[in-house]
Amino acid sequence: MTPVAVDQIFVTTKHLLMGYVPAFWQPLASAILSVVPVLVVFPALFAVTTVLERKGLGRIQNRLGPNRVGPFGFLQPAADGIKSLTKEDVVPRDADKVVHFLAPILLVLASFIVYAVLPIGRNMVIADLNSGLLFFFAVGSMVELAVFMAGWSSRSKYSLLGAMRAVAQMISYEIPLVLAAVVVIMAAGSLSLPAIAEMQSGYTWIWPHWYVLTPWGFAGFVLFMISATAESNRSPFDLPEGESEIIAGYYIEYSGFKFALFFLGEYLGMFATSGLAITLFLGGWSAPFSFLTWVPSYLWFFAKLLVLIAAFIWVRGTFPRLRMDQLMGFAWKFMLPMTLVNVVDAGLWHFMPSGVVRGVVCAAVIVIPFALFSRRAQEGKKLQIRTYRYAE
Amino acid sequence: MLGVGVLKGLVETARNFFGSYVSEERLTTLQYPEETSPRIEASRSFPFLVYDGSDWQQGMRCVSCQICEKECPPKCIFIEKSPDKKPDAVGKMQFYPAKFDIDISVCMSCQICVEVCPFDAIKMDVDYNLSATNRFSDLLLDKERLSKSNEYYHEIHPTEAASVDADLAAAREKAAPKPAAPATAAVQTAGTGGAAS
Amino acid sequence: MSLFFLITAAIAIGGTLAAMTRRNPIHCILSLALGLVGVAGVYLALGAQFVGFTQILVYVGAVAILATFALMMTQGHIVSALIEPRRAFSRSSVSGFVTAAGVFSVLGWAAQSYRPLTPSTQQAPAAGAKEVGVALMHTYVLPLEVIGVLLTAALIGAVVIALPSEEERS
Repeated sequence: MTPVAVDQIFVTTKHLLMGYVPAFWQPLASAILSVVPVLVVFPALFAVTTVLERKGLGRIQNRLGPNRVGPFGFLQPAADGIKSLTKEDVVPRDADKVVHFLAPILLVLASFIVYAVLPIGRNMVIADLNSGLLFFFAVGSMVELAVFMAGWSSRSKYSLLGAMRAVAQMISYEIPLVLAAVVVIMAAGSLSLPAIAEMQSGYTWIWPHWYVLTPWGFAGFVLFMISATAESNRSPFDLPEGESEIIAGYYIEYSGFKFALFFLGEYLGMFATSGLAITLFLGGWSAPFSFLTWVPSYLWFFAKLLVLIAAFIWVRGTFPRLRMDQLMGFAWKFMLPMTLVNVVDAGLWHFMPSGVVRGVVCAAVIVIPFALFSRRAQEGKKLQIRTYRYAE
Repeated sequence: MLGVGVLKGLVETARNFFGSYVSEERLTTLQYPEETSPRIEASRSFPFLVYDGSDWQQGMRCVSCQICEKECPPKCIFIEKSPDKKPDAVGKMQFYPAKFDIDISVCMSCQICVEVCPFDAIKMDVDYNLSATNRFSDLLLDKERLSKSNEYYHEIHPTEAASVDADLAAAREKAAPKPAAPATAAVQTAGTGGAAS
Repeated sequence: MSLFFLITAAIAIGGTLAAMTRRNPIHCILSLALGLVGVAGVYLALGAQFVGFTQILVYVGAVAILATFALMMTQGHIVSALIEPRRAFSRSSVSGFVTAAGVFSVLGWAAQSYRPLTPSTQQAPAAGAKEVGVALMHTYVLPLEVIGVLLTAALIGAVVIALPSEEERS
């Protein structure tokens, strides 16, 4: 088989199967054939990621991590799944039963729906919407509602505090998230994710046309990933869960499989935002060098996804949790101004003639405000070595 | 500049991550049921009763003076004195405990029983494999399960056991000419211990 | 009328009806969010993707959330005191009915009296991102600027209110 045939094998298989379906059932069959693989692959990735994360965090802390269930502990998620399925489903007596029940469903639903617009390979997207990016953010914002529903309906102080933190954090970081993505819309001139991925699939000599290789693209990528970490409530922005302060935050009153659904929703959200970052900045499914284009596009997408997941785990293993005021200050005093500067920078890049001068000027437009902001952020925060009177 | 500390932290954790694969002293984890860490002499878990010789009923050092029972802060020791006397390891007639139970689900490993015992009969164990399926009967250790030989004591606390043995030998030597003396001394100690409590 | 339109319209009407009739304020907000999702679905049924998704992003993702946040910040008994009196013909409900009747009669009159002189042959204007952007930046640039100034003023006002007053600071 030629590389192109291998690349398009899923697309052609679907066309082949559709040939056997009567015309009336065609739309339904097409939807099922597109959706079911996504419903299988990403939860499977979730299962693998939980093991990899625990093993990775273990290694970062010089431990071994789970290694008992199955070869190298890779059947751990099966054990975890059986455990959470057989656990008792406890609903607090004073809880709002309907909302308490609907919250995890809405969360997982919203986390799954965003995959509809994510191109996971060449010609491999469930729905090629003209406003795909907007759809992504619109559905992503429903997650906030689900989190709020979970926290409020549990009738627990911890969960309400967790929900308030989560909602405040998600609203604050949604603005830099969208603004960081705006630069790509400006460059690509389209809101359709497959079109954006297509735009980056060209090569100059061996180097790809990824947006992350431009000054504004790099800054946008970093800002986007920071916002995405905050949006998916992961460490170091995991205040809503805050194990040590509010135990598990908004899902403290959930047990058994509902708890597992929250976990699933969180990880699916993380994969989806990582996938969006890949599509927007890392060239989607395109190969990193022109001589590697024979590798199928979907493999590149998942390779990049795994790299970003590894980065998430690495960050989680490194940083301590922020304080609430640091979190908010970081969002409004650093992230928001930097994304606005980045938008201006992308405009500058668009209107300047291409060449070395353009690169230098645009990099300077990013770096100088960054240096100024960071100086401002560190003003008056001279850390001194703490001295102990008795414990020395 | 902002972000330098972030990068330093990332480098540190990456060093840990890769270091745990190449360097043995980084990865200190022991695979517990298969490997166990060496016994630490200074550690202690729960009390046990020492006996001399090979027969645990015959050689039990405990004379059922009940000082430990009275001193135990959480009251986890239960002793029933025997009605009769029988010869101990050195052949002297002594009371012995008809019943000696320690509830290790109550015990707090304070070692006070060891410190008050005038006969060096109760000592601290180092064994930590004590999980049980029944939380009541399996954690209530009776006389038989509490009895461990002096050789075992030497094995887990060599230094301490050697000094204890030396003391005991000295006491026996001193007591050998007039065999009644150590017994009265022991009774006196027991009496003062009881009065102090 | 397609099935999709019927479903979304039912969701919109059901959600807003529930928002009016539920006693619990949080339930009202959640039902309102559902109704707004239904409205977005109606936009999608009309082929206006951009408007529909913006509707969800702005109204469900921001407005409903802010409403819940405001509710969490306020004390519960104030909200329940506002909701508690439910006489059928209180002054507020009468004025509400009058306002609603006025709005809907004008809307109905406008819809009834609208008779296209000639059957429209041209395509309905597309409401894509590009068209909306062009319209905002060319035809309606002045209203956009005015709204921007208004929002900035509101933002500064909020900051001024939130600032500690002189005696608090001293």
